[in-house]
Amino acid sequence: MNKKQKRTLRNIIISIALLVIISIIFEILEDKMSELSDISARIIKTAAYLVPYLIVGLKVLKKAGRNILNGHVFDENFLMTLATIGAFALGEYTEAAAVMIFYQIGELFENIAVNKSRTAITSLVKLRPDYANIEKDGELEKVDPEEVKVGDIIVVLAGEKVPLDGVVKEGESFINTSALTGESVPRRITEGEDILSGCINEQGVLKVEVTKEFGESTVARILDMVENASTRKSRQESFITRFAKYYTPLVVLAAVIVAFLPPIILGESFSVWIGRALIFLVISCPCALVISVPLSFFGGIGAASNHGILVKGSNYLEAIAKADTVVFDKTGTLTEGVFAVSEIVTDGNYSEDEILSLAAHAENYSNHPIAVSVKNEFEKRGGVIDKEKIKKSDEIAGKGIELILIDGKIIYVGNLKLLSDIGVKPIDKQPDSYGTVVYIADKEKCFGFITISDTVKESSERAVKRLKSQGITNTVMLTGDRKQTADAVAKEIGIDTVYSELLPADKLEKLESIIKNDKEKSDDAGVVFVGDGINDAPSLIRADIGIAMGALGQDAAIEAADIVLMDDNPEKIATVNCIGRKTIRIVKENIVFALAVKLLAMVLGVLGIAGMWFAVFADVGVSVIAILNSMRMLRFSEK
Amino acid sequence: MKKRFDMVDLDCANCAAKMEEAINKIEGVESATVSFMAQKLSIEAAEEDFEKIMKKVVKAIKKVDADCEVVL
Repeated sequence: MNKKQKRTLRNIIISIALLVIISIIFEILEDKMSELSDISARIIKTAAYLVPYLIVGLKVLKKAGRNILNGHVFDENFLMTLATIGAFALGEYTEAAAVMIFYQIGELFENIAVNKSRTAITSLVKLRPDYANIEKDGELEKVDPEEVKVGDIIVVLAGEKVPLDGVVKEGESFINTSALTGESVPRRITEGEDILSGCINEQGVLKVEVTKEFGESTVARILDMVENASTRKSRQESFITRFAKYYTPLVVLAAVIVAFLPPIILGESFSVWIGRALIFLVISCPCALVISVPLSFFGGIGAASNHGILVKGSNYLEAIAKADTVVFDKTGTLTEGVFAVSEIVTDGNYSEDEILSLAAHAENYSNHPIAVSVKNEFEKRGGVIDKEKIKKSDEIAGKGIELILIDGKIIYVGNLKLLSDIGVKPIDKQPDSYGTVVYIADKEKCFGFITISDTVKESSERAVKRLKSQGITNTVMLTGDRKQTADAVAKEIGIDTVYSELLPADKLEKLESIIKNDKEKSDDAGVVFVGDGINDAPSLIRADIGIAMGALGQDAAIEAADIVLMDDNPEKIATVNCIGRKTIRIVKENIVFALAVKLLAMVLGVLGIAGMWFAVFADVGVSVIAILNSMRMLRFSEK
Repeated sequence: MKKRFDMVDLDCANCAAKMEEAINKIEGVESATVSFMAQKLSIEAAEEDFEKIMKKVVKAIKKVDADCEVVL
């Protein structure tokens, strides 16, 4: 609780105590009071009850008065003032003071709840570095990160936050990226590697050459985005503000009708109907909606950022909850985007390691991605390339490599074309996995082959499955790969539709036609595009919701996307979709619940069944319940 | 030019909406949003008139809620 809230709480407690004491005193003095004339009894009672009333309510009266002077008549302060003054006039003193007290309790509660959510979401602000260490004459000096220039060397001690983006010049350590990505396993970092601001150096001293000014660094950009997120409003939020604008005057008009029409037409007493009109006014206060709807969205955005997902506005949370189609760019999102050996098959006479060794020696001088992955696998299995064994290796363009060993043996490493050139049949086994197949042979026969493929991410299948269970009806994959490979990947992951052999420019065109088809089916549902941020900024912009994945440090992608996943786990798409849907559900629950209870209570109030106490509960109680419901979003976790 | 300002003691969501409406009506303001949740005002206006416009903005905010301050 802050100072202001504490003061409010103190006032509430004092005024409750006073109210109780005053009520007891008047109870005891009942006989004496009845001896007094009606007028003087009223004056004494009003004066007494005004004390607790004003302790909590003066603020409200002042605000109401000032708003009237400024031309804003119908707000909740006004409603409360009118209702309580009316109650005083009708001789319901305890009720008048109690209504004001309850109203203030409700306000205080709202205030605390909103502050709490605000702190929860801005806990990201803990990302913000307070200082950067600069070495000067052998001593460390703390400076404002904004003052550090590109090219400066900063020192990051163990346990400190990295203040600016840069390259490690000296030292090695483990860095914790959990504040950025939600990933809690520390990552190793050594000289020459890029380091992002917002990470925490877990051990050792790092010297970092700054590559970006503070304003351009990852931390500043992320904070900027999160702070900006709540200025992009969802349709529900704008609906509520528009709603409140018409709602309050309408309610006041209805109250006036309730107060005067029945007495005039039916000839009943004015005081009864004015009382009912006041009850009606208290119930009608729209604060439950006005607060809880933005609070839910705010909580949703906060929950997402706790999972390493940046949502750029409430409207995107709303949009993803309605989406029915997810389009994936294959490489880098569903697959690792890195080639690796997935399979080694031999004719039985050679071992896997022998085949791999021959291939690695043949590819020794090549930098082709396939050669690199073969060499990587060889080294991973503990192999060392013995250059002494290589007499000569020649590249046969588009086909493979001819390797001549020191003992005069000639080995061919390459594709089917190379095999048919030398007149050798491939071994009669089929590759299990899809991808590029490299055969190893000599002049007489083929020894086996190695399959190299872009490995599918372990979580892709789960991601697609979860999206489907959440209501995504169509999953699409776009890729430049050839059809067989693409189909195999799609089948493995569970993708519905595949468009393969696309040139980079075709992808945007395909996306356009998917969006068009989708819009023809239904206006409301949107299309999500997921890319890794490399060369797909136009698609990210074009889709209803563009999700950039693994975007840490990629400025163009962060700029173009609506939702940014800080790491490259496709399951996070399902997570943010889940958060979106849950947020919308809570918003709808609150709108329906608040309106239904209020409507019912208003009817009961007009019929004279619900009294002032009930009215206060219908107002404050509904607000509190709606707020508590919204705050569930803050505690969102997937399991 | 787009600028963002922190707001202090903006304590009702409805007021934020009213301020937003009022600020958007000020001449020279291209777009403005008041975020109750983030306690922030973001405003887009021509650079040369910015100071003049901000004075009107502060006035508009005070008119809705006199306790609310903009950190300029």
